[in-house]
Amino acid sequence: MCCQYILLLLLLGVSGGVSAVEVQRPRGVPLSKRQFYEEDKPFTCLDGSRNIPFDRVNDDYCDCQDGSDEPGTAACPNGSFHCTNAGFRPGFIPSSRINDGICDCCDTTDEYNSGAACQNTCRELGRKERESLQKMAEIAKEGFLLKQQLIQEAKRGLEDKKAKYADVQLSKNEFEKRVEALRTVKETAEQPEKEAKERHLKAWEGKLGCESISPSTVCTEHYITDSIVSLINIFLARLSCLDATYNSTAQKARDAFDEAERALREVDDQIKNLEKEISFDFGPTAEFAYLYSQCYELTSSEYIYRLCPFNRVSQKPKYGGSETNLGTWGQWAGPEDNPYSIMKYEHGTGCWQGPNRSTTIKLTCGKETVLTSTSEPSRCEYLMEFTSPAVCQEPSSLDSVLHEHEEL
Amino acid sequence: MAPVLVLWLAVCLSVTWAVDRGNFKTCDQSAFCKRQRALKPAESPYRALLETMELTNTRLTLQLINDNNKVRLLLELYRLQGNMTRVKINELKPLKPRYEVPDVLIREPPTEPLSLLSQDENGVVLSLGAESQRVIVSARPFRLDIMEGRDVLMSLNSRGLLAFEHLRMRKDTQVEPEAEKKEEGDPANQSETTKEEEEKVEDGMWEETFKSHSDSKPNGPSAVSLDFSLPGVEHVYGIPEHADTLRLKTTDNGDPYRLYNLDVFQYELYNPMALYGAVPVMLAHNAQRTTGIFWLNAAETWVDISSNTAGKTVFGKMLDYVQGSSETPQTDVRWISESGIIDVFIMLGPTPNDVFSQYASLTGTQSFPPLAAVGYHQCRWNYNDQEDVTSVDAGFDEHDIPYDYIWLDIEHTDGKRYFTWDPHKFATPKEMLQGLMDKKRKMVAIVDPHIKVDSNYKIHNEIRSRGFYIKNKDGGDYEGWCWPGSAGYPDFTRADMREWWASMFAYDQYEGSMENLYTWNDMNEPSVFNGPEVTMHKDAVHGAWEHRDVHNLYGFYVQMATAEGLIQRSGGVERPFVLTRAFFAGSQRYGAVWTGDNAAEWEHLKISIPMCLSLGLVGISFCGADVGGFFKSPSTELLVRWYQTGAYQPFFRAHAHLDTPRREPWLFGPENTALIREAVRQRYALLPYWYQQFYHAHRTGQPIMRPLWVEYPQDPATFALDDEFLIGRDLLVHPVTEEGARGVTAYLPGKGEVWFDVQTFQKHNGAQNLYIPVTMSSIPVFQRGGSIIPKKIRVRRASSCMMHDPYTLYVALNPQRTAEGKLYIDDGHTFNYEKKEFIHRRLSFTNNILSSVNLAPDAQFTTQSWIERIVILGASKPSTVTLKTADGKESQLEFDFDASMSVLTLRKPGMNAGVDWNVMLQ
Repeated sequence: MCCQYILLLLLLGVSGGVSAVEVQRPRGVPLSKRQFYEEDKPFTCLDGSRNIPFDRVNDDYCDCQDGSDEPGTAACPNGSFHCTNAGFRPGFIPSSRINDGICDCCDTTDEYNSGAACQNTCRELGRKERESLQKMAEIAKEGFLLKQQLIQEAKRGLEDKKAKYADVQLSKNEFEKRVEALRTVKETAEQPEKEAKERHLKAWEGKLGCESISPSTVCTEHYITDSIVSLINIFLARLSCLDATYNSTAQKARDAFDEAERALREVDDQIKNLEKEISFDFGPTAEFAYLYSQCYELTSSEYIYRLCPFNRVSQKPKYGGSETNLGTWGQWAGPEDNPYSIMKYEHGTGCWQGPNRSTTIKLTCGKETVLTSTSEPSRCEYLMEFTSPAVCQEPSSLDSVLHEHEEL
Repeated sequence: MAPVLVLWLAVCLSVTWAVDRGNFKTCDQSAFCKRQRALKPAESPYRALLETMELTNTRLTLQLINDNNKVRLLLELYRLQGNMTRVKINELKPLKPRYEVPDVLIREPPTEPLSLLSQDENGVVLSLGAESQRVIVSARPFRLDIMEGRDVLMSLNSRGLLAFEHLRMRKDTQVEPEAEKKEEGDPANQSETTKEEEEKVEDGMWEETFKSHSDSKPNGPSAVSLDFSLPGVEHVYGIPEHADTLRLKTTDNGDPYRLYNLDVFQYELYNPMALYGAVPVMLAHNAQRTTGIFWLNAAETWVDISSNTAGKTVFGKMLDYVQGSSETPQTDVRWISESGIIDVFIMLGPTPNDVFSQYASLTGTQSFPPLAAVGYHQCRWNYNDQEDVTSVDAGFDEHDIPYDYIWLDIEHTDGKRYFTWDPHKFATPKEMLQGLMDKKRKMVAIVDPHIKVDSNYKIHNEIRSRGFYIKNKDGGDYEGWCWPGSAGYPDFTRADMREWWASMFAYDQYEGSMENLYTWNDMNEPSVFNGPEVTMHKDAVHGAWEHRDVHNLYGFYVQMATAEGLIQRSGGVERPFVLTRAFFAGSQRYGAVWTGDNAAEWEHLKISIPMCLSLGLVGISFCGADVGGFFKSPSTELLVRWYQTGAYQPFFRAHAHLDTPRREPWLFGPENTALIREAVRQRYALLPYWYQQFYHAHRTGQPIMRPLWVEYPQDPATFALDDEFLIGRDLLVHPVTEEGARGVTAYLPGKGEVWFDVQTFQKHNGAQNLYIPVTMSSIPVFQRGGSIIPKKIRVRRASSCMMHDPYTLYVALNPQRTAEGKLYIDDGHTFNYEKKEFIHRRLSFTNNILSSVNLAPDAQFTTQSWIERIVILGASKPSTVTLKTADGKESQLEFDFDASMSVLTLRKPGMNAGVDWNVMLQ
């Protein structure tokens, strides 16, 4: 079984017909590396570490550290085998899967000496994959259109919010002015009261009776005693004397001021919320903004799951019982090249002898916004799948992928 | 999960991370232990009545009398083939029969003639055959001494602790106890009855309560106890299962070691508390001799150990030595069991391997598992559904990590009804199993012995209608709480029950099962959540016997019946694989055991070594601990170190509690995935050696994972080592079990021997402590100079994919430039090896010739495997290398010599692994 050569029937998709070309190369070598395996020359391990006679290529003994001398056998622990998979997608498998009795390459080329009864399934796989890619492409196309709308909406929404933000900022100034004005009114109104209080305090410190400052007869009936309890009582009573005296004007001013301050706080909150919404990371083109303050539900045999994007995830028993928090919004957690593909919700209700509940949401492209599946792969760590047009990629990029797959 | 169960768990399981000691008895809380332990060494009240002696060709019988109460015992003494002595003591005339353990011995042990050497009024001397071995039976007080020449090897009752609580009528409820006793009419007794010999009725003799549980004890006190003295012995081992050091400790200052199969939640380390299994076998060792004591009793048992040298400092010992005043070191052992009889096998060695074969001749050897079971097992409580199984399976391929078995815990069933599948999560089990089979992989599903009481459950109905359930003391079916809620417990002590159980594994009975589905028996102590000490009430009834008598046997029988079921379903063709948590002496015959519910802590990783070593010493070689730790979540470092350790222990399975985060090997970043992959791949590359060790253990009873002292019995430096171990004779493993370790110090044994680092091939001298710097990728493993180890270094995704792959032979030369090893090959999964369908060859290197000769010329098997490479460690550079095959053909082999490491690699010799050949270096 020395020097395994194979004649590869190379099917090149040419418009209008199919033509076959024979390319000779050692078993397991991809076309791209054919030039390194030349029959009449000693073979240089691809890492350059060693030269060996060419008849030791694919002789079922590992000579090269990098496994490059045995592309078609299982001899090297770190080797890889190239399956052409005509009709489907070419690929590499670890060379440990050559002749292990399990069909890995759809073109069956990995099982050339194991007796495994493999069927060539490449065409079928290719067809299925094309179909599903086609379907995905259609979805992506429609989804991408929807996404454009979402982006526009988000843009408008953002503009609205920004406009509103500006408005509110303006009104905030008004409110601030008003607060300042009312503060002055209030302070003026309070002045007599304050003076009275000060006097009163002095009197208090001087252990004077309240009759000297207060017109109230109720107060006059109090006497200074050494008892602390009665002192407190007296003080409280005196305050009530003051209230009785100055309530009407000062209080009105105070109320007006408080009211204005409350309004200002509300405006501040509004501003904060707007700032948050405006600066919130709804994706590169704010395409996820439409999910904000929405909720989506999915019912399983036992529970109703509820996802309120950018807010929280929860679970409620179908047949009564209280809701459990499965996590509140944490962050986008996709891989570096696609951070907006995964959402992470954290710090939900704690588990018995376990961590706090958390949920990972995987987003995929879909025409509709739907929570499609939920599972708990690890105790108290939930995984949900969620489709949204906002995830859809430009179909042109998919087309090229599809095209690639049709090649060898 | 049923809310009731959650609630139940929350109530019955402590929320702290430690065993709730209050749930388990101390000796003081176990009435018989307290009673027996109160007896202190003194002159024994027992006297041998020499006039009753009968000596036949096979045995000696003799009556013993307790001078305090005049109750007579019958002593039987046998000399057994293979240098063993059996001592049996029962009541001469018990009120009713006392339990004698059946089914554990593989046969009635064959005897050899005893001959009388001398006799006088003080005793008799019997010859034990060769080597001047004698038994001296002393009459007053009764004691037995086993001697060789002038040395006492072992003495029985030398401290006077023989005690035998005879069965009696309950006096406090008897109307006329005295009258009845007189009527009994033994003349020897009658004359004495007037003497004051009434047994005191103590608390706990006729009834005992622990926490809220009461034990009715209808038979009253029935404990037995005997002491053994071991002169010259300072090291004793065995009596698993305990989470303790390999060398057993003295118990003077605490509780005795306890043997009582219990489901201990979050067990504590380094203490003598009982755990899931019990093997009442102790080994005693010194530089001259190894002996063993097998106490065949299945009731609750406690073992006290004391030593006259314990507590002495090294300086004190030295002082003794220089002053010449040293008394001989001695270890004294005392066994106490709650019921049954005294039936003890004294294994006289003299070598460790002799003791192993002696014990194996009594209880059998390790079952020979299918090769795949020696691979890696991926388990978790629980893989959620079929999709989960598929994706974990795919994960192994994606990350190129081999595995053979994926496991399903209790959640795979339909409501904890074993033999069924959850209809939603595992709707099409055969589809799932077929998917695994397509990848040459297998599955294990759990089948526990507690059966849900549910009239819609076939298994329950059958057991109930056949009357197979264990009964409670009032005669109804015993019911306890376990995973399914209320559950019955089949009486596995009944042969007819076991036969029925086995038949339930038939493919047409166990729906959804296929030939690549194997079984795991958990909770078989048995675990009863609401029972005393989380187990069954001792007054539950197994036919004529109480649960008290048979308790430690229950798990043994469950695994026996299950293994039998797996054998029967294939028509006796396929080897079974059954994992059990509870076990007893003899359990080695039925499969694997693991160390139960450990925790993700460094100390638990460390203790896995002595725990499995102790099991190996008493025959149970197929042992492992949950890799990663069951409870809690391991740090990444701990997980990696655990994989590295587990890869070198016989049973290699990762497992995790339901509440822990997922921990499949690829979830900790590419670097750690690579470290775990490498550890698992090292396991797979070594499978030929492992498999050969299993075959050897199956043939000889020798442990696979061995303490160093077994191979270096004269080197005291090895006697207490339990942070390193040997696999077979030839591999020494010192796993890294310390957090943040920068290095480990391994003791390499053997004066004049050498050891080779299996990664670097660096040679090290024996009889030294070697400091080995380590990184995260280090697993310190050494090959003994003088050995030949076959490996298959083409690691594939499952063991059976490697079946036809070629071998690489690692020949490690000793200073005499010789080496020897073996190669065993068979089909890997059937019993055909019993029909001589295997290849067994001796590989030896001597006089610069490496040769393969047939060790089993009458065996027949062919293999496609060939020899692809020979690596000779410690070699010098030859000028030519010639291969000569059986047909006389000679060819020159190409080779490569690494002068810096003295490693000679022969390229592609290519001969078939099953034929004769030799390779000559010139």
